[in-house]
Amino acid sequence: MAKEKPKEKPREIRTEVFVPYEVAVGPTWSTFFDYLKEERIMGTRCSKCKRIFVPPRTFCPRCFEEMEEWVQVADEGTIETWSYATLKFYAQIPEPPFITVQVRLDGCDTGFLHRIAGFDLKDFEKVNRRVKLGGRVKAVWRKKKEGNINDIDYFKPIK
Amino acid sequence: MGRAVAIIGTGQTKHGRRNDVSYPELVREAVVAALNDAGISLRDIEGVVSGTMPSMMEGVSDTHLYFAEALGSVGKPVLKAETCGSTGQSIAHCGFYWVASGAADIILVVGSEKMFEGDGQATMTTVADPWFTKPFSAGAPMVFTMQSMEWIYRFGISEEKARDAAALISVSNHDNALENPYAHIHMKVTLDEVKNAMIITYPVRLLDVCPSSDGACAIIYASEEKARKICKKPAWIKGLGFRGEEFFYGESNKSIWPSATEAAKEAYRQAGIRDPLKELDVAEVYNPFTYQEMIFYECFGFCPRGEAPDYVLKGTFLKDGQLPCDPSGGTLCTNPIGATGLIRLAEAALQVTGKAGERQIEGARLALSHAMGGIDQFNGITIVGSEL
Ligand SMILES: [Zn+2]
Repeated sequence: MAKEKPKEKPREIRTEVFVPYEVAVGPTWSTFFDYLKEERIMGTRCSKCKRIFVPPRTFCPRCFEEMEEWVQVADEGTIETWSYATLKFYAQIPEPPFITVQVRLDGCDTGFLHRIAGFDLKDFEKVNRRVKLGGRVKAVWRKKKEGNINDIDYFKPIK
Repeated sequence: MGRAVAIIGTGQTKHGRRNDVSYPELVREAVVAALNDAGISLRDIEGVVSGTMPSMMEGVSDTHLYFAEALGSVGKPVLKAETCGSTGQSIAHCGFYWVASGAADIILVVGSEKMFEGDGQATMTTVADPWFTKPFSAGAPMVFTMQSMEWIYRFGISEEKARDAAALISVSNHDNALENPYAHIHMKVTLDEVKNAMIITYPVRLLDVCPSSDGACAIIYASEEKARKICKKPAWIKGLGFRGEEFFYGESNKSIWPSATEAAKEAYRQAGIRDPLKELDVAEVYNPFTYQEMIFYECFGFCPRGEAPDYVLKGTFLKDGQLPCDPSGGTLCTNPIGATGLIRLAEAALQVTGKAGERQIEGARLALSHAMGGIDQFNGITIVGSEL
């Protein structure tokens, strides 16, 4: 049989897959969100290595011990790293431009992911002058709490 | 490590936008190329390991089902592994263990991706958890930029020096890809073009970032006895290491990157390597971002911590430098993700068997290959040599 080619170039068809999920938050993260409603950022402490985790963990990733002790950490901390995003990808929640930040909250042993906002983010040069590695930020709370990560609206740079 | 294992054949497709073929047809193209390279037939293959990105990327929930025939797996055992970007090294290790354990003598490993069919950044955004990470995610660039910034800050590297070194990495990778007939991007770029390209996520600009590619890669492993019978010049597996780390990005210090560091240490221990910069002849580092490539140099002990930009600017990792890195043009110029980590190993095998064509590093006898995956959680390394 001779190798036949399609009459036109090989086709592409457009298709989509939509899959809804119901994902269990689990008791530890549910408790964390309860505390956020009270404007408290709470972490869990490992009984073995003594590290305090925010987001809290049910068990220590390294020691594999259960973490039952809750500890309040500050709602301000130090910028460990940040990223200024200018593009909007499909399925991305925040609208660009936005700044993702990793904050080491005072009293905590891990970096915590959130966003920096509260001022004009459009001009990157201005952002770059205001947001510094090692700089300090403080949480700005939302008035209406829903028991999720957005109960902290954003972090704002402070002196 | 069990029995000695060698790579007796490799195959790659031409990478790029491959809408001329269906996905299974693309997979078969790599398998046929690897069988031809090894000079064996599908009948000789005892089992198949396959891997791609998470299903979200493919639009098909079970790629091993979709590819069963193209993998040549009809009537044979099939194993699928998936660890995001490090998939290529994960499947390479699965195939290795299959032969090293004595459970099989000849095994085929196939990695593939059709990035143009799915939405790569949507996939990257949704690999994150929906409560803590996804609400602040902007695809892969965000994660890798955060890491680059952390590294620059913790080691007190000047932004300008890091910028200059990253630009040189982009230029040299693009130059190297011009000599690789399989590479997706064939384009000459200048230092100024890299430095002035559009900001994606500061400090990363467009030419600091890999493309999205369609492509597949296959390798064939054989036990020592079979390898010596079938192949004149096999590439011997000298050592391998793979490490995972915590899920939440902020829980480990990504500027010293424990999984990358420890995976390399383990591979060196098995291969008996003490000074990688001196002993390795070539490295295929998984470098989807220029800045990240420098962090890897430090994790792999190619240079002291915080000094990668100095070594890069000295030319240490150029094609004619002390330790040429990514003479293939690397991930920066070709990234069909599920295949990418396996391409690194295939390229390393080509180098130590003298089959790398225009991109051959003369006299290469010991080569490192690597891949990274997840939101920085996984790193895998395989070292190959021309002698057992
Ligand atoms: Zn612990």
